Amino acid sequence: MRGVVVGDVVCTFCGSLCDDLEVELEGGSIRGVRRACAVGRAKFLAARDTASPSINGQPASPEAALEEAARLLLRAGYPLIYGLSTIPAEAQKEAIALAELLGANIDSTSSHCHGPSTMARQQTGLPTCSLGEAKNRADLVVFWGSNPAESSPRHFVRYSVGARGLLTPQGRKDRTVVVVDVRPTATARLADEFLQIAPGQDYEALTVLRALVKGVAVEGRHPAGVPVERWARLAELMKKCRYGAVFFGMGLTMSRGREANLELLLTLVKELNAYTRFHALPMRGHGNVAGSENVLAWQTGFPFGVNFSAGYPRFNPGEFTAVDLLARGEVDACLVIGADPAAHLPGTCVRHLASIPVIVIDPHPNLTASLARVTIPVAPAGVAAAGTFYRMDNVPLRAKKLVDLGLPSDEEVLRRLRERIARAEDRQRSHY
Amino acid sequence: MLRIANGLIIDPANGPSGRVGDLFIEGGKIVPPPSPDRRCEVLDATGLIVTPGAVEIHSHIAGPKVTSGRILLPEDHYAHPVRRRRDFRSGTGRTVPSIFVTGYRYAGLGYTTVFEASVPPLKARHVHEELADLPLVDKGCYVLMGNNYFVMKAIKTGDRGLLKELVGWLLRAAGGYAVKVVNPGGVENWKWGRGAVTLDTPVPPFEITPRDILLALVEVAEDLGLPHPVHIHANDIGRAGNVTTTLETMRALAGRRAHFAHLQFHSYDVNKKGRFRSGAASVAEFLNEHPEFTADVGQVMFGPAATMTADSPLEYSLYRLTGGKWGSCDLELETGSGVVPMVYRRNALVNAVQWAVGLELLLLVNPWQMFLTTDHPNGAPFHVYPEIIRLLMDPDYRRSELERLPAGVRRLTQLASLDRAYSLEEVVITTRAGPARALGLKGKGHLGVGADADVVLYRKQEDVAAMFSRPVYVFKRGRLVVREGEPVADAEGKTLGVEFRSDYRFPSAFRQEFASYYSISPANYPVEDDYFRLREVVVCS
Repeated sequence: MRGVVVGDVVCTFCGSLCDDLEVELEGGSIRGVRRACAVGRAKFLAARDTASPSINGQPASPEAALEEAARLLLRAGYPLIYGLSTIPAEAQKEAIALAELLGANIDSTSSHCHGPSTMARQQTGLPTCSLGEAKNRADLVVFWGSNPAESSPRHFVRYSVGARGLLTPQGRKDRTVVVVDVRPTATARLADEFLQIAPGQDYEALTVLRALVKGVAVEGRHPAGVPVERWARLAELMKKCRYGAVFFGMGLTMSRGREANLELLLTLVKELNAYTRFHALPMRGHGNVAGSENVLAWQTGFPFGVNFSAGYPRFNPGEFTAVDLLARGEVDACLVIGADPAAHLPGTCVRHLASIPVIVIDPHPNLTASLARVTIPVAPAGVAAAGTFYRMDNVPLRAKKLVDLGLPSDEEVLRRLRERIARAEDRQRSHY
Repeated sequence: MLRIANGLIIDPANGPSGRVGDLFIEGGKIVPPPSPDRRCEVLDATGLIVTPGAVEIHSHIAGPKVTSGRILLPEDHYAHPVRRRRDFRSGTGRTVPSIFVTGYRYAGLGYTTVFEASVPPLKARHVHEELADLPLVDKGCYVLMGNNYFVMKAIKTGDRGLLKELVGWLLRAAGGYAVKVVNPGGVENWKWGRGAVTLDTPVPPFEITPRDILLALVEVAEDLGLPHPVHIHANDIGRAGNVTTTLETMRALAGRRAHFAHLQFHSYDVNKKGRFRSGAASVAEFLNEHPEFTADVGQVMFGPAATMTADSPLEYSLYRLTGGKWGSCDLELETGSGVVPMVYRRNALVNAVQWAVGLELLLLVNPWQMFLTTDHPNGAPFHVYPEIIRLLMDPDYRRSELERLPAGVRRLTQLASLDRAYSLEEVVITTRAGPARALGLKGKGHLGVGADADVVLYRKQEDVAAMFSRPVYVFKRGRLVVREGEPVADAEGKTLGVEFRSDYRFPSAFRQEFASYYSISPANYPVEDDYFRLREVVVCS
């Protein structure tokens, strides 16, 4: 039997959401994947139905697992729903409804990723463009604290460095590429200009650039560890380009200064628009972390770190963000979906997670699952379940269901959990 | 069957004045009086005013730029929380409310149909995902085409068949109801680092003019048989002296159907010294002579607002003006957009003149052609509508409000000399019957047999602002959804769209360029049917 090839498949692995993949199916399973990067390919090929739901490490029926998850969440006084970054928007909506019903906290991986970028955006705004616009128009591309060569392998070909577009028919030849980073990354090797700045001095660097763009003289020969002439040259490149795009990453958001770095970068970009068109684009990592910000913002008014314990949405990064809630030991139960906090959060957070009831809803066994009371395997979105994903530039795409693994989707599991909890609350109410 | 008994029925689409009588509802529609032996549930409407549900023709409630506005305004959300109630979701915001709150608040004012005025096709899924969350009202959206690369290319070829095919396909691909044009050519020009355009500035890359774009799209929309004509945000918005461009645009399109959005922002004149003054009179005169045109006003009210539009060069200039937050997003091959928060101040002469210009337009133009909007949230958030209605119905109140403004307003506008008072019928025309007719929605805006049973009942009171801010009952397709201004039932509205007899496809001549210049595959561009749970279409002919 020959396989069937499905085209225009969206890869939901990273924020690039490449949508030109070809997947070969045979006998209800995936036999091959074309055009994907190595990571994306692995995601498709790894999808299989292996695990069953579990309670306290023992296999359990889906119904029993849901019942136990509902019981743990109902018993909690101050629960947290955390993750959201790899699940479709439809499931994110369900997660928010559940958080609202429980009066819980809800947060995405923004907490330890681009949360500071969004906080800066709340202060300054964000002049940005779609990835296709960068492809079509940008003759100057700056990567600042971001390394797509390793984090989003096809970014260069599809959207930035080598992409050929309307005004950039020769791709790489039509562009100047600048990298600003603390170390020579794989991305830096492709750059026309690499400015290796001293760690933790992005704020200084951006201040110098703003001054030079405005024609203000700068004191010191090596601000932020780079000769001032090179900053002056970058300022000139920025002012003189036709259409500039700066792709910024966690090198800025998670280093000293955090949202202050971003406020400065976004202010610089705003100011550059007095000379030319210039844009800033956050390099979002997870496949649908951008979706989580959109859905949370349109439903609650706030993009991440939302608390419902007052009966309405409240937002306060540092108070209602996952790292802080866990590190301070405040939450007494955690539902994890679309993230692996045990693998990525600081030790204090993980120690607290290990001490409270944790429910993990995920297609794959991960580190967090190993300390969970309840695990519920779900169909991997974009492989065995359909749904909407928002690319790092907020372009929404519909990921396909390619195979049926006999597993429920994230959305289904969350909805059933919510319905169960709503029924239990109704019963409780009727007692009074 | 429900009988709404003994109400004062205001239904100007079907008769000139109000009458006390009964209204019968069955199966979500207005039905003829049944035989006397038929049992009906009766709602006693004695002393109540019965009107059709209000129709919002131009608002920004869902989609990428609205959500960008939400992210930009946490302060608006901190200050205005809305608590969760048993069947109703929580939310936040006055200026840019979150989506559930938007639906409850619109329905709470008696609005039963709302159109989102600007949708970039590349991000149309976002709009529909959000509209799916909008409770209680029917909804639809307009699709941005005035700076679309392929639209401009098709216009350049002069092949109207090609353009028709493309426009039909774009409407289907984006799940839209009408063609929207925002600063035609001007957004594209800005992306090239060039300045503002006039009606006859050639714009890159095809060197066609805004006039070419408008004429071609208006013609093709007619040819497609769309229920709503091209919805136009003209060039040159917000600039003192822009009334020249506005009138020139209207002259160019005279004799054809067109809708001019938020006309207040386009009706500014200059005096001999080059100073800002009202141009409302000449715009009103032109409109009154051209019944083929409709417009909505985009009234400015004092207080916080958020400007948001696909007109990115405008937003850039507003950012330069305010020096504050600026959101902007260029979208490949289609459009730009921007968001800038704004506060309109009573003591700022410019803002006071803007306020007066909107009222002048509403008072000088036939309400069948001039509809009440605030271009939410650009001129003000929509919850101020009852206050605007009071300004229209009560000339004494209007004069007293005018007295509170800088003296210059009385010199720079003719508002002080306008004595007209809107009647209830005229309020129903400007908020319901007029917009429904302009939209080609046969089942909306009136209470004749066969209409959707979107019915709003008010308690007659002296204070019309209080009356219009708190309907006693709102029925959505026959179902009671609001009592005393508060939602009482959760109902999902329908998405309103259009359907064609032909199956329009993306022109094959452009396929290669689509694949090269967009950043997504052509097959992933059209919004899938999965995004429409409840849909109602107008079949075009």
